[in-house]
Amino acid sequence: MSRSMALRLAVLLTLLALALTACGGEEAPEVVGGFEIPAVEEGKFNIAMVLIGPHDDGGWSQAHFEGLEYVAENVPDVHIAYIENVPEGADSEQIFRSLSRKGFDLIFGTSFGYMDPMEVLAEEFPDVTYIHISGIKSNMTNFGNLFGAMENMKYMAGMLAGARAQMDGNPKLGYMATFPIPEEIRLGNAIALGMRETCPECTLDVRWINTWHDPIIEKEAAASLFDAGAQVVFTGADTPAVADVAQEKGKWGVTYDWYGSCKIDACLTAPYWVWGPVYAEIAEGVIAGTYTPGWDYFDGDTGALGLYGFMEGEELQPGVAELPEDVIQAVRDLVADTLVGDFTRFDVFSGPIYDNQGNLIVPEGKALEQVDLDAFPEFGLGCEYCMKWWAEGITAELPE
Amino acid sequence: MDPIIILHAGIASGTVLLFATIGEIFTERSGILNLGLEGMMLIGAMSAYKTALATGNPWLGVFVAMLAAGLLSQVHAIITIQLQADQVVSGLALTFLGTGLSLVFGEGLSKAGAVALLPSFSIPGLVSIPFLGPIMFEDQSVMVYLGYLLVPLAWYYINRTRPGLHLRAIGEYPAAADALGINVNRLRYFYVLVGGMLAGVAGATISLAVSPGWFSHLTTSGQGWIAIGLVIFAQWDPIRAAGGSYAFGALRRMILDIQGPMKIFGLRNPFYYNPYWGFFLQMLPYAFTIVVLVIGSREAIRKRMGSPAALGLPYIRGERGL
Repeated sequence: MSRSMALRLAVLLTLLALALTACGGEEAPEVVGGFEIPAVEEGKFNIAMVLIGPHDDGGWSQAHFEGLEYVAENVPDVHIAYIENVPEGADSEQIFRSLSRKGFDLIFGTSFGYMDPMEVLAEEFPDVTYIHISGIKSNMTNFGNLFGAMENMKYMAGMLAGARAQMDGNPKLGYMATFPIPEEIRLGNAIALGMRETCPECTLDVRWINTWHDPIIEKEAAASLFDAGAQVVFTGADTPAVADVAQEKGKWGVTYDWYGSCKIDACLTAPYWVWGPVYAEIAEGVIAGTYTPGWDYFDGDTGALGLYGFMEGEELQPGVAELPEDVIQAVRDLVADTLVGDFTRFDVFSGPIYDNQGNLIVPEGKALEQVDLDAFPEFGLGCEYCMKWWAEGITAELPE
Repeated sequence: MDPIIILHAGIASGTVLLFATIGEIFTERSGILNLGLEGMMLIGAMSAYKTALATGNPWLGVFVAMLAAGLLSQVHAIITIQLQADQVVSGLALTFLGTGLSLVFGEGLSKAGAVALLPSFSIPGLVSIPFLGPIMFEDQSVMVYLGYLLVPLAWYYINRTRPGLHLRAIGEYPAAADALGINVNRLRYFYVLVGGMLAGVAGATISLAVSPGWFSHLTTSGQGWIAIGLVIFAQWDPIRAAGGSYAFGALRRMILDIQGPMKIFGLRNPFYYNPYWGFFLQMLPYAFTIVVLVIGSREAIRKRMGSPAALGLPYIRGERGL
């Protein structure tokens, strides 16, 4: 190929590329930082959702996405849109800003690290309502916090896993945790408290992975826990990696977030979220002007929490069906109590609770309060017990 | 924290870096810098997984990965060899192109379900070697064993064969090679292709062997860049590249396992008492890559490290210079 021919080819390719871009539509979509910003529909109530992973990740993001779809199907005159794979922190701020400028009325941010950017934008755009999931901040006007008592379901999953480990004669469990924040410590403690209920000699090993969504690191951390001797491994991250690795190793995994994450036999159960009804209620409230963003922390009686195998229409996973009848019944009873509001997050964290240093954290007759579930002492929120301790049986330490 | 387990896992995940690094060594030895490794690896991982899913044959997946990544590498070859454009810019563009293409063609692949994977097995006899046996030859993927074979073969090819001599010549002094009747640019096309195909193998090794599945851009999560750093660290030598690749693989796993025990060698384990320290370790491969690239950008140092003298320079017959 001669030089001039190559040049001609290059020019041709460039023209072709230009032509292709031009054909993309009369109005090119706005692109910010590599993300296409969806358009709003005039005359409708526009809801946007920002996801940290793919909307079909088989875990956390998928559960939220299905909640958004539920809103579209059940609330009249709404238009929904989502952006996926958005990194936390500063990168997300321009995404939230673009969505706000576009004219979205209600924006859900579904990862912890979107918290500060959303707080900033709530100031800039007072007419937009921002709902942040899993965080620890709110401005009580248009930037609200939303989360639920997943600790109930993790506690019961801990009971099942403890019983399973005891039955298999290997009283070691593992917990793959993401970041050392109150949420992850709370859920780990709930697992440990449940585990000790059915298996007092069980211990819980911990690995921090420093990410919410990284399927490969999640697999490696699961392998690390299993190779260190764990019989059942829990995940605090987004994908069902623990069950996949458990299958390879002939052990057990407990997945998280989405009811569809617990499909294979090596999965014991999955504590999961059903965001649809909660989101629909918030959307309706915002449309009607009756919902004030603040600190919205729901319990199991909303129907927004599930424990796979124990909810209506679900079958027990094989690894759970083999467990002693009294354990299964105890969990069934607690699920029933949770659904009617008789077993709440404060029942999970009621005294006496000891930490893994042997200190009495919550005395008999007392229970943690909401602020304790969400805070470290240094947050200055005035928590009495706070969430900066590991429960008895956890073989790990917290950062100083 | 068992060193055998860490090294066993380290060799498995290090094999990904190994294929990518050795491929880049071939490319750079010929005088072409291809920064598009990450994009080519993603294309390889995606097409391997997609092919295995469609045909049920993982080997066909590896083959298609080589083909696809090799094809992509030729875009870089045309731009840098034929059109003599800047190699750094073209390489970066290739990264974006490869990433974008793999995301488009990989749409929906992340929840596709189980595919036939490349086999894992132990090597009888060798597995009973004390210490090394359980690390290197027990229940490893076939790609790991192919990696063991590639290292000495690549070294022998580059340093002891006639085509290897030509390869070094076009990277060191293309004008002299040209005078000897070697077709410099045609050979450069070929070695860019070799680098691309090995990057494809590296991608296939992720998606069909080491961490099976397709996880969009997180499938490689920056390993292509680490491989580029490793080339400089390895001083363009396949054997050193193997050491670096396996060490980084082992580090990945050690970051997790080191959080487990309360004491190491009878001493208080700081990674147990302060989990944040683990995040520092997690940063090391990337920090290392930056440092190596900065050092490697100083020409004097690069020369002393054994960098091909004509690396990054287009060859135009009749013009002065290298």
